[in-house]
Amino acid sequence: MSARILHIASNTFREAVRDRVLYNLIAFALLMSGAAILVGQISIGIERLVVINLGLTAVSLFGVVIAIFIGIGLVSKEIDKRTLYTVLSRPVQRWEFIIGKFFGLAGTLVVNTFFMALGVFAALLYVSQHFHAADGWVLVALYFIILQFLIITALALLFSSFSSPLLSAVFAFALFVIGTFAEDLRGFAGMTHGITRWLATGAAYLVPNLSALNVISSVAHEQPVPGQLILSNTAYALVYASMALCGAVLIFEHRNLK
Amino acid sequence: MSCLAGSVLLLRRIDRQRTGATLEEVLYISSPKLLKHLSLGYDGLLADIYWTRAVQYFGDKLDKGAEHYDLLGPLLEITTTLDPHLLVAYEYGTNFLAANGGQPRRAIQLSEFGIRNNPNEWRLYYGLGFVYYLDLKEYGNAADAFLRGSRLPDAHPFLKVLAAQMAERGGDIQTARMLWATTYQTTKDRDIRGNAAAHLRALQVDDDVTSLEKLVSHYRDKTGHLPQTFSDLEAANLLRGTPVDPLGHTYKLMPDGRVEVRVPDDLPFIQKGTPPGYIPPKPKFKPED
Repeated sequence: MSARILHIASNTFREAVRDRVLYNLIAFALLMSGAAILVGQISIGIERLVVINLGLTAVSLFGVVIAIFIGIGLVSKEIDKRTLYTVLSRPVQRWEFIIGKFFGLAGTLVVNTFFMALGVFAALLYVSQHFHAADGWVLVALYFIILQFLIITALALLFSSFSSPLLSAVFAFALFVIGTFAEDLRGFAGMTHGITRWLATGAAYLVPNLSALNVISSVAHEQPVPGQLILSNTAYALVYASMALCGAVLIFEHRNLK
Repeated sequence: MSCLAGSVLLLRRIDRQRTGATLEEVLYISSPKLLKHLSLGYDGLLADIYWTRAVQYFGDKLDKGAEHYDLLGPLLEITTTLDPHLLVAYEYGTNFLAANGGQPRRAIQLSEFGIRNNPNEWRLYYGLGFVYYLDLKEYGNAADAFLRGSRLPDAHPFLKVLAAQMAERGGDIQTARMLWATTYQTTKDRDIRGNAAAHLRALQVDDDVTSLEKLVSHYRDKTGHLPQTFSDLEAANLLRGTPVDPLGHTYKLMPDGRVEVRVPDDLPFIQKGTPPGYIPPKPKFKPED
């Protein structure tokens, strides 16, 4: 990674921290401690399940919201504040700006996820008194959540490279929702015929498949995640995020900024 | 702060005016499949929420001594469709539905759904056999359920014994004792354990009262009159010491020769040893069990 990309990434990270993005950790900490203490009193036999399900769901949703709402402003904010012109007047390529922004936000999300993961494991220790070997699968679920963030961040950047922040948020959120139904979409496509089938299948493959990246329920039940799936998901997320980033770079390269 | 305090006070006032409104028996979305889709893949958390709701609903109804548990079945169906591997929902849900909810057939459906999704969990077969045995008195089906469960590699050894007992002599007291003892030993939940302990105490009382009344009858045959106290039975070498119930209270010998417990309310589920016309209160288990 070039030094210029690294600088843009670290500035993006610093800016996110300055914007108090990490304050969501306080809400998360309250949520986890509340769940860990209360659930044993209001339910039966699901203390550990709730800590994992609630913890990982919150990590995922908090992160998706941050990825979308920060991601959509990464380009437009720089244009509005006219700081983009200062950056681009230096020896910085447009693609380096987009890639740097991507890594900056991805880094913010990884740091955020790291602290949330500490909270999940602390709550898990509180309810179970000790760790099980199967708790290691929670780390895999967290890794998949980070892969999900990479895809959403890249998509948010893609939309923000040509659209207004509001529309970018709508597009990114819609793709997140559709992505959770990706497997159903492919199922529907399989039931159609002719040209509809081609179009439906194409659309089903175009939207991100986020359902395969969600193994929260499985790890909550201590079910192992196959190594092959970890590899395939990693490759898929990297390829899909790269595709979205390439799209963002292409559009941004040709955008008239005057 | 004063506005917040004011809004809290007003809300409490509104709650008093709309009694029961917050616990209204309504399922806003009753389709488990639709809920699964709406969960956006976070179905595990939603299942936990619905399970908690089922537990709260059951507890609230039980506390109020309700006779109908209309929402219990749908809540459990939603819970288990959202998360088919949520074993607690089957283990306790069948118990809730059959024992208190008065819906043993629905409990069987729930159990069978659980077994289809978790075929290697012997506890689910145990729960199924339990409902067949205790609530439906279908001993053949109970034996079949225990037998299916006993074939699993990590099944509790008692399942084989239960299957045999059930096939041989379904409704006897020894079989019932064995079932409740197995539940008591294997459950991790203190309420279920308390329930099993209460049933074991009740079986002990039923056994004691039957034996004592036999002794009274034997005494009458021997002497031509009923004993006045247990001391008369002791004097006739039929009894050693004053008999006590599982809670440590002495049994009462009634003038007509019946044997009664001193505090029937403390011994839920007893079939014998209660005063004529006695209506038992809703069972409350002793948490220390």
